[in-house]
Amino acid sequence: MSPPVANGTGQPLLQLSQHSLAYQGQTVLTDVTLTIATGEKVALIGESGAGKSTLLKLLRSQQPQQSAYCPQHLGLVQPLSVFHNIYMGRLNRYSCWHNLRNLIYPTAERMAEIGALAAELGIAGHLRHSVDRLSGGQQQRTALGRALYQQSPLFIGDEPVSSVDEYQADALLALINQRHSTVVVALHDQQLALKHYQRVIGLRAGRVVLDAPTDRLSSTELAAVYPQS
Amino acid sequence: MTAPARFDTTAGRYRRLSLGLALTALLALTLADIDWVNSSPWFELGRIGWGMLTPDFFGVESLASAVANTLAFALLGVAVANVTGFIFALLFRWRLVQLFCALIRAVHELFWALLFLQLFGLGTLTGLLAIAIPYTGIFARVYAEILEEADQRPAELVPVGSGWLSTFAYARIPPAFAHLKNYALYRLECGIRSSAVLGFIGLPTLGFHLETSFSQGLYSQAAALLYLFFALIASIRLWVRPWLIPLYLAMALYWLPFDGYWSVATLQQFLGYDIVPAPLRDAGVQALAEPRLWWPWLQNLLLQQALPGIVNTLVLSIIAMVACGILTLLLFPLVSTLFMPRQGRSTGHLLLVVLRSIPELILAFIILLVTGPSMLPAIIALALHNGAIIAHLIGRYSDALLLRDDASRGINRYLFEVLPRIYPQFLAFLLYRWEVIMRETAILGILGIHTLGFFIDSAFEELRFDRALLLILMTALVNMALDQLARALRRRLQLDANPQQARY
Repeated sequence: MSPPVANGTGQPLLQLSQHSLAYQGQTVLTDVTLTIATGEKVALIGESGAGKSTLLKLLRSQQPQQSAYCPQHLGLVQPLSVFHNIYMGRLNRYSCWHNLRNLIYPTAERMAEIGALAAELGIAGHLRHSVDRLSGGQQQRTALGRALYQQSPLFIGDEPVSSVDEYQADALLALINQRHSTVVVALHDQQLALKHYQRVIGLRAGRVVLDAPTDRLSSTELAAVYPQS
Repeated sequence: MTAPARFDTTAGRYRRLSLGLALTALLALTLADIDWVNSSPWFELGRIGWGMLTPDFFGVESLASAVANTLAFALLGVAVANVTGFIFALLFRWRLVQLFCALIRAVHELFWALLFLQLFGLGTLTGLLAIAIPYTGIFARVYAEILEEADQRPAELVPVGSGWLSTFAYARIPPAFAHLKNYALYRLECGIRSSAVLGFIGLPTLGFHLETSFSQGLYSQAAALLYLFFALIASIRLWVRPWLIPLYLAMALYWLPFDGYWSVATLQQFLGYDIVPAPLRDAGVQALAEPRLWWPWLQNLLLQQALPGIVNTLVLSIIAMVACGILTLLLFPLVSTLFMPRQGRSTGHLLLVVLRSIPELILAFIILLVTGPSMLPAIIALALHNGAIIAHLIGRYSDALLLRDDASRGINRYLFEVLPRIYPQFLAFLLYRWEVIMRETAILGILGIHTLGFFIDSAFEELRFDRALLLILMTALVNMALDQLARALRRRLQLDANPQQARY
């Protein structure tokens, strides 16, 4: 099938043209062509091992300055508090002196900002606890907090709500969409993908097998992304 | 008939390496001087035993100040090395820095002390530098490894343009901090041992009084000193608190007298004349062009001192290393939850703490009084001290093994369930420790065993600093070569676990 023309609202932001990628002799991506424009909200679906994470990393590397990235492994600093982990989203924004100061003794201003963000994420009670004492879901929300705190125009997330329940996942995905103009998120939950995103890209064995606006998507097209059992 | 199928297992490779090491050690034994010289060991042993039972805490003069000196040297030396070592750790990707650090840590504290003794006398500076310099090399390497092995992912995720220092402070130090702190504390424990040992060359630490008491046969006093030393080491986690460290350092600075003599003239004399090889002193560098001037001198040094010293050091270190391995395998069940009930384990821990608290030099010195001078006391001391350290680590490692509920017990559990699982870790620890054992083997020469240290010590006594320096350099090179060999063996068997603490 041929990919549709970018149906976003703005300029092309991320672009791949017939891109293939092999890692240690194994093909991970084959012939991937896609364009994501500013303002688009895109869900990436496909079974595990289809190449979603690789594709996200590739997209991130196209706009490293503008993207807030939330990887599957979270990449939190375990011994540091939720406050500090979220603060790390803006290390490039403040002076080195301010960063060191906040590492040792947080300023009231940053504390208030990050406290408010943590409250939205439902982890305000853990602001001063180190991440290694939190549950998986709480850690994931901390990593999301770090990405949101960056206030970047583009959000790239790899299963950013995999460890929280359905109800919270809904709220968090809505929050991500509200705070970023462009969003690209890999999801394993098809219902969430259809509900929150205007466009769905399906990967299967490293190839784009589906790229369509959500409102024009049929269940057979969706099923084609996954191998038949 | 067909030939029976042969086993091809990982355990087989470990077995072959172990067998190879054991055979080398047996071969070394035939070259080693392990005579029992003392004809009446029981008499001396009885007196030492009686002394241990009747410690005399009030007989030693200036005991409190010896304790204070020991702690002050250790705290300041380790603190300085901690900072300089950390800086070098950040530059460790440069080959030159790696080489420099390998060189300064390959020279034992006591050799550094003997060198600085000539420059600064028996003063504070000598003790401080003797600890700080080799420890800098050790800290640099271990800190570099800890930082490299820590979680790298947070640093990859900081926003672009965050700056080196901010990234470092938030994303590189915190993931590694617990390991860095633990290692620094372990090094402080080593520092107290080193500081005590510096007493053997005359610095006013516990080792000085220990040597005096033992040499004069005052075993009750010696026992008191030893017990005090155990108490210091065993309680280290109780009195070392991060917020107390600045206070301790201030006290150490206040306590130690910084009034040692040194002058530009002594420095010039030492660097410009004393350590210049004798044949070159008058003739100058041009003499290098004429081998007949210096070759006999060098040949004499190589054949009469360096070669026998190196052979004896290698022979002794491999025997000690294998003995240490055997001892480890016997001792670790004593502290393992898989083999011992709670009470038995606390006795085991006590035994291991005592054995690893005593520095090898002091242990060898005590055993020497019983056996008389030969390689035997050195072998026993090295095996006991290092065996206790590795047994402690292996015991802790074995606690983390998950055995099935119906696993066998006793000797069957040891041979079938536990030994195959701990063996790679055990070999990795042992090979890491080989380099340490060799460093100590060289230094045991100052007790009269003919390893490299013996010839170095003699050269210092005869004021032949040119020879001393050359021999120290050779010791360092042999040590570095051995480290490379151990590393190659580890790599070949893919033994790269994460044994920070066994490294030095």
